[in-house]
Amino acid sequence: MVPVSWYLLLSALLFAIGTAGALTRRNGISVFLSIELMLNAANLSLVAFARQFDEHTGQVIVFFVMAVAAAEAAVGLALFIAVYRQRRTIDINRINLMRW
Amino acid sequence: MLELLWLIPLLPLVGAALNGLLARAPKPVTTAIGLGAPLASLVIALGCLWEFVTRLHPAGQAFRQVLYPWTAGDLNIDVAFRLDELSAVMLFVVTFVGFLIHVYSVGYMSHEHGYRRYFCYLNLFMAAMLMLVLGDNFLMMFVGWEGVGLCSYLLIGFYYDQAFPPFAGKKAFIVNRVGDFAFLVGMFALIERFGTLSYDGIFPVVEADPGLVTGPYVLGLTFAGFVTLCFFIGAMGKSAQIPLYVWLPDAMAGPTPVSALIHAATMVTAGVYMVVRSNVLFQLAPGVSALVAAVGAATALFAATIGLAQTDIKKVLAYSTVSQLGYMFMAAGLGAYTAAVFHLGTHAFFKALLFLGSGSVIHAMSGEQDMRSMGGLKKYLPVTFWTFVIGTVAIAGIPPFAGFFSKDEILHAAAADGKWLLWAVGLLTAGITAFYMFRLVFMTFFGKFRGTHEQQHHLHESPPSMTIPLIVLAIGSVLAGFVNVPELLGGNEALHHFLDPVYAQPRGAEAAHHEMSHGVEWALVALAVAVALAGIFLAWTIYGKKGLEGGRTWAQRFPAAHRLLANKYYVDELYDRTIVRPLAALSRFFWKVVDTFVIDGAVNAGAFLTELTGDLGRFTTTGNVRNYALYFFLGVVLLFWWIAL
Repeated sequence: MVPVSWYLLLSALLFAIGTAGALTRRNGISVFLSIELMLNAANLSLVAFARQFDEHTGQVIVFFVMAVAAAEAAVGLALFIAVYRQRRTIDINRINLMRW
Repeated sequence: MLELLWLIPLLPLVGAALNGLLARAPKPVTTAIGLGAPLASLVIALGCLWEFVTRLHPAGQAFRQVLYPWTAGDLNIDVAFRLDELSAVMLFVVTFVGFLIHVYSVGYMSHEHGYRRYFCYLNLFMAAMLMLVLGDNFLMMFVGWEGVGLCSYLLIGFYYDQAFPPFAGKKAFIVNRVGDFAFLVGMFALIERFGTLSYDGIFPVVEADPGLVTGPYVLGLTFAGFVTLCFFIGAMGKSAQIPLYVWLPDAMAGPTPVSALIHAATMVTAGVYMVVRSNVLFQLAPGVSALVAAVGAATALFAATIGLAQTDIKKVLAYSTVSQLGYMFMAAGLGAYTAAVFHLGTHAFFKALLFLGSGSVIHAMSGEQDMRSMGGLKKYLPVTFWTFVIGTVAIAGIPPFAGFFSKDEILHAAAADGKWLLWAVGLLTAGITAFYMFRLVFMTFFGKFRGTHEQQHHLHESPPSMTIPLIVLAIGSVLAGFVNVPELLGGNEALHHFLDPVYAQPRGAEAAHHEMSHGVEWALVALAVAVALAGIFLAWTIYGKKGLEGGRTWAQRFPAAHRLLANKYYVDELYDRTIVRPLAALSRFFWKVVDTFVIDGAVNAGAFLTELTGDLGRFTTTGNVRNYALYFFLGVVLLFWWIAL
């Protein structure tokens, strides 16, 4: 059987990639994708632990996370469409009206 | 009738409230309320007094009426009124003289602005004063005491659109606070020791066991000494004794009937009433009693000499009042409480008469108060003149007018006690009093008129509402002395026997007066009258024959003395230098340094820091989502780091 540490290592790697993407990408959709990556990295470790300890709660939480992520993606994409209609861009460096 | 006692202070209070609230009432309504309330009080008071004198006094009882108990923590004080021999005398004086002055005010104030406000304050004063004299405990007395102080302040500053009256009002109020503070401290001491402030809860207990209050307390004083000293300091403020007398002469800035009612006949005698009321304690504090007598005598002489050189007709009467109050305290300090109350009563009559007379003169002179512009008013103001002369003769102590009996009683008390220095001071003061009062009469009513033609044209006798009170008070000034004719002159000292129940039982040594032979007593009486006549004669030779010229000659002969007296011994200047200015400097320090610099500085520094933080912190709010995400990420890292540690 694959040891749980491997899953965790993969999860950490995915989370790091997601974090780096969320902080560095300028395209709003890409930031979104990165965040999805971070969520699923977390899901992976949850599932791994659920298997390790033979505990189903972790798997249930993962379904919740997926549902929330789906809802979030729907709201987020709607927002970006609205922003794009107004400003003809989704570069988040240029969406900076809320400032001093 | 006695069960209506509570209405006596309440009715003027209602009158004050009505006149204060009915802003649009026509003038006759204001007059009806303003006069009706004290008249109703007077009628009820006379009824109560009649019942008291005929029924309770012979049975040796005092009347108590408890309205409701007032509780504060462990302290229970009844809101209650009391009619005993002492409050009976005060009740009569206050309601009777007070009502007459209300009547007089209708005429005097008829042309003034603020007619309604005036009667509102005057009724409020009556309510407070009646509460003071009818209260059954020291707290009730204190409430009235503060109430009359407030009304005094309001009425001194009645002409608030002029510069000086509001200042004089403030001065009176602030100087009185000094005394009131001591009065409060004395009451706290009584509460601590007896757990009550009611007269019945203190005096009989002390009389039964004097050891309770003669033990050492604080500052090297016995308990009785401490309480009486505090009370006497309170009395000094209210009754204008050295060193707290300075407010009374300035209080003349108020309307003249106010001077007559508050600053001559009633309020300023509250201190005397308080001392006599506490006589049980004062008798157990011989040191403080001696101080009372000494301060009284000193005040009597000091104020009388100032009166010699004043030219403002009301100022002369004001210093005369201070001087006569000094007499009363001298009597009280000597243990001659009857003499003090007796002089209080007679003084209320003749001094109210003199003030109202001077008001009539000022009214006729269109507001002029300087006697140097008067003269020869005898033929223009006959009623005022004759009543004024009666008052003057009464205060000068010529038999058989009221002042003779009461003043002689005080001098006799000093002599009988062997206090010859006090006696001599009193005698000298009597002579000076006769002199400056007749100086006033000669300058005002005799000689030629010295005012302007316009003033002369307007000279007129006052309306009946003013002259009738003058006549009634003049009759009182003639007759009031007969309530306490000494045995020497064939009387039976009625007032003394009447007041006996409110005094502590004489204790051995104090009771043993030096018995003097009738011959000596007659000689002393004759001497007192002779001194008064000498004062009158001197006033006649200087001011009666030569008018102002005579006074000027004497002023030139003793320029230093005249300057000293005309400037009132520079006491106001002394207080200004030693108290007012240092206090003002200290206040300025607290204003400019402590308040503006320290307190405002601290607040402003806080505001500055907040603003600085905001100014620097706002640069983090870039509006760029990626920056926020980075802060968030760093925050999470820090949080995990902290948890991991």
